[in-house]
Order: sequence, then structure tokens, then C-alpha cells
Amino acid sequence: MAEKRLKLKKNTKNNTITYALVLAVFLLIEIMQGTGNISSLLSGLLVPLCMYSILAVSLNLTVGILGELSLGHAGFMCIGAYASSIFSVVTQNTITNVWIRFPIAILIGGLFAAVFGILIGIPILRLKGDYLAIVTLAFGEIIKNVLGSIYVGYDSHGVHMTFESASSLDMEPDGTLLINGPLGISGTPNDSNFIVGIVLLAITLIVVLNFINSRAGRAVMSLRDNRIAAESVGINVTKYKLMAFTISAFFAGIAGVLYSHNLSILAATSKNFGYNMSIMILVFVVLGGIGSIRGSMIAACVLTIIPEKLRELQDYRMLIYAIVLIVMMLLTSSPKMVKFWEAHSPKRFIEDKFRSKKSKAKGVQ
Amino acid sequence: MVLISNLINGLSLGSIYAVIALGYTMVYGIAKMLNFAHGDVIMVGSYVVFLLTTKAGLNPYLSLVVAMAACTVLGLLIERFAYRPLRGATPLAVLITAIGVSYLFQNLALLIFGSQVKSFSSIFNFPSIKLAGGQIVITDETIITIVVSIIIMIGLTLFVNKTKPGRAMLAVSEDQDAAKLMGVNVNATIALTFAIGSALAAVAGVLLCSTYPTLSPTTGAMPGIKAFVAAVLGGIGSIPGAMIGGLAIGVIEILSRTYISSQLADAIVFAVLIIVLIVKPTGILGKKYIDKV
Repeated sequence: MAEKRLKLKKNTKNNTITYALVLAVFLLIEIMQGTGNISSLLSGLLVPLCMYSILAVSLNLTVGILGELSLGHAGFMCIGAYASSIFSVVTQNTITNVWIRFPIAILIGGLFAAVFGILIGIPILRLKGDYLAIVTLAFGEIIKNVLGSIYVGYDSHGVHMTFESASSLDMEPDGTLLINGPLGISGTPNDSNFIVGIVLLAITLIVVLNFINSRAGRAVMSLRDNRIAAESVGINVTKYKLMAFTISAFFAGIAGVLYSHNLSILAATSKNFGYNMSIMILVFVVLGGIGSIRGSMIAACVLTIIPEKLRELQDYRMLIYAIVLIVMMLLTSSPKMVKFWEAHSPKRFIEDKFRSKKSKAKGVQ
Repeated sequence: MVLISNLINGLSLGSIYAVIALGYTMVYGIAKMLNFAHGDVIMVGSYVVFLLTTKAGLNPYLSLVVAMAACTVLGLLIERFAYRPLRGATPLAVLITAIGVSYLFQNLALLIFGSQVKSFSSIFNFPSIKLAGGQIVITDETIITIVVSIIIMIGLTLFVNKTKPGRAMLAVSEDQDAAKLMGVNVNATIALTFAIGSALAAVAGVLLCSTYPTLSPTTGAMPGIKAFVAAVLGGIGSIPGAMIGGLAIGVIEILSRTYISSQLADAIVFAVLIIVLIVKPTGILGKKYIDKV
């Protein structure tokens, strides 16, 4: 019993540090903004930093807690971005109050991504490991290709949709073009700002951290550690896998909302929503430590700020990402290194010292 | 007539996918890992041929042999330094490393050769065959691609079933520990698999770039992923399965590019993968695996 209470305390302590970190960064940035000490580079990065942190934290739920590799995280982000952008473009003249419109847009983005998470999750979560990775990759590419080539518009006759060209939509003169094929959506109101970003990040953290420490979260982790054992004690594999996967998709969608409302033109290219983006989020998760929520947040910020600050590194950014992936895995996961860390961990070193002192003391007595 | 020439184009592209898929399927069958970097070995092989023929003026066939040797060495190096240390680690770690290796090659190529697309001239120059009064033209690349892929498939099937190293591969893919007890050198067998797969990747790269005459650092990425789709469709681990899956994916891609939409062709190929995995996860010729406690 005492041990259990101790463990809970450790969790609470850990989570408090995470929240405190976010709060401290928020206050620091606010003070910098208030006194005018912030560089234009950094202030332009504030929303992307929140967005990448949300993406990294939500992907970590799939990779670290569920133990499955998703390479389609950018696809969910893309869905959230498009769904919310369409909503905001359509309603920006009817709902003029940002404080009503933007929260609805955020919810719509998240919910659309979550629905797709369920739709794609039901069939594929029966698969394992490599298959799941490749299907999520395929899914991300499908989303990017479809949204990057579709033309959607509406007029008094309803919604028109085609894959050919804007003119073949065949709209009345009063029609509005919503998605202009590869040119995407233009005219999304610029609603994203740092405060919204930080609030969304905080909500993401609260939901994800509480989920991990809940009964459902422990069920998900037991599936990760030993699926067969978990199944045999009555844990519903599909239900819990789907739960984690959907929450992860939901927050990826919300990150997409932040992204699309930070730009005036939203287009699905391989640069922003493709495979490369999914890999970049994976790099954040891997560098921050698989399963460590705070780590992925820090890694997302560090890996976003450093290439921007050091322009000469810009060309080597992707190369560095690749090396990060390989080296981190070799250092943390190869059986030899795992043994090495076990033998040389600082915790064990201290314990050994403590034990030898204790036994010496006993010897004296 | 248009349909027939499209089908022939599909078979040609499918044969290339089949050769790439053979590399995937062998490595997956034996090392139980998805070698994401396979597509990028294709790209490296193509660049070697490109540089040797245009810069050094070497005979194209000789440069193909050099490229095969280079890719074999590359495959062995990848296996030795990236994958072997992780043998016994979680599948997640291996997969992330494989993605890292793939990314590493793409970006190294980007830094060395630049992002501009190079035009790759076909290394074959035989006359095309014209049928039905010139309505159907079968290019020399098409014929050579199909013939080469059939030869490779037959050769590999014979190698795996009839020779000692080939049977060692089968043994390792069935049960690594039991194979070890029977005196099979598991590490050497896995390395041999990577060597063969990478040499095939060089061949596939040259066939691919001869048919679609462009070359860029990401040349291998998409065909690599589609070839994996082909390997899954045919049943992973099965050599004839890779062939069937490759041809099917090639035909589906060309037909949807012509008759549905050129932008959506990739999406349709991936949709096929999702459907296959839902309906029959083991693929057309795959074996069923049972979870053991």
C-alpha cells in the first residue's frame, strides 16, 4: 500500500514538472513580449512551436504508450486543418465573433480527425508492427493526394466536387470556390496566436497525461508490453487500442487547426502534410524519449528553434534528423547497449555505494 | 488497342515492382524486418550507373555490374552497422532505425547530387516491336524488363530451393534458433539475403530509370513503398507472390492513371493495400502465422 502511494506521488510530481515547465515558458514569452525583447524570428515561431509540441505529444501516445508506429500523423493533421479551414471560411461572415468561431473550428478539426482515426483504426489496429506502420503511411499519402487534388465549391444548388479543374465544377455565378485543387484553401482567418496555442497545448497535456495514468491508459500500456497476457486477463484489445489511437488523431487534428489558422493559404503538399512531416514528428518523439511526454515537447522545441537560429544548419536539417533516428535507436534499444546502461546507470551506481557503506557500517558494529 | 498498350505498360512497371518486391520479401521473410532503406538502395544504384555512363563513359552493362557490386556492399554495410546491433530489440526500434537509414540516404544524395532531376538515358538501345500495324508499340525496355524479372524470379526460386545457402535461408526464416542448432550461420545467412536483395535493387533501379528516364534523390522512395505494397499483396515471404503482387500493382497503377486520375493513382494503389490487409492480411500466397505464447 505504501509503495502504491509512493508511485502515485511520483506520477503527480512528474506531471507537475511538465505543467510548470509549460507555464514557465508561457510567462517568460509573455514577459519578453511585454517588454519588447522578443526577436521577430522567435515571435513567428511561437505558434509553430505549440503546434509541433501538440503533434509530438499526441504521436507519443501512439508510439510510446500504445507501442505502435504511426507514419500517418501528418494525415490527421491535414484533415483537421482542412475541415476547420472550410468551416472558418464559410462562417467568417456569419459568425463574426472570433471567440465563438475559433473554438468551434478547433472542435470541428479535432472531431473530423478523430472520426478518421476511428475509421482507419478499426480495420488496421488488428494488424501489428510493420503492417500498421505502412498502412498509416499509405493513409497519410492518400489523404494528402486526395485533398491536394480535389476541387470543392458551393452555390445555390448545393456542393460541387470534382478532381478535374475549377472550371469543371460547373457552378452558378454566385458560387464560392472552397478548395481550389493543388492551390488549396485561401482566405482562412488568421485566428491562431500564441495564447490559444499554449492553452491547446495545456489541454493536450492534461488529457494525455490523465489518460496515461488512468485505468484505460494502464490497459493500453499492458497491451504494449504483452498483448497476449493482457488479452488473457480480459483487456479488450481493439477497444483500448482504438481509444489511444483516436485521442492521438484528435490532437493531431487540433494541431492542424492551429496550423491552418496561422497561414492565409492552406495547400496539401508533400512538404507540410506528407511523409516528411510524419517523420519529423517521429524524430521529435524519438529524440525526446519514446514514452516521455515532457521529452517530446522539449525535443520539438529544440529541433524547431535550432535550425532556425543557425541558418547554416538549415541544409543539413534532414540529415541530422536521420542521424538522430539511427543513433538514438542504436544507443537506447540495441541489446548490448541496454545491458551497458543497466550496468552503468547512475541510479544503480548510487545504490551500490549506499549498500556498500551500509554493509561497512554493519561490519563495524 | 489503347487498353492493350496500357496493359503492356502496366506489366512492364509491374515487373520492376516485382524485382524490388523480391528484395523486400526475402529480407522480411528472413530478418522479420521491413527494410525501409531498400527503395533508397535502388536510387544509389541508379546514380552509380548514371555517373559511370555519363561522367566516366563506361559501357552501360559494365556499369550495371559495378552498380550491383556497389549496392551489395552498401546492403552489407547497412545490415552490419544499423540492423545487426538491433537484432533482438523491439520491432519498433528496428523499424525506426530502418526509416532513419532510408532518410539518411535520401538526404546524403540530396547534399551530394543536388535536388534537380537528372535525365537518365536508357542503357538499352534495341529496336521497338510494332504490332497491329503500328498501333501497339512495345519498347525494348518493356521487353527487357519483363524478361529480366522472369529470369530473376526463376533463378531465385532455384537458388532458395536447390542450393545449400538457399536452404539455409529457408531454415532461418522458419526458426532462427533451430537453424542455429543445426549449424546454420544465422548472421551470414541474413547478410547474404541483404546482399542479394541489394544487388537486385541495383538491377531494378536501372530498369526503372531506363523506362522512366528521370533520376532524383527521391527516385527510389515511392517505388520502394509501392513494391512493399506488392509484396504484401502477393504474400510476404513468398517469391512467386512478389511477382504476382508486383504485376498486379503495376497494372492497377497504370490503368488508374489512364482511366481515373493521374493524381489519384498513388492513392488507389494504397487503397488496394488497405483493402488487402483487411480482407486477407496474409496476401495471395502468404502463410498464416499463429501467435504463440
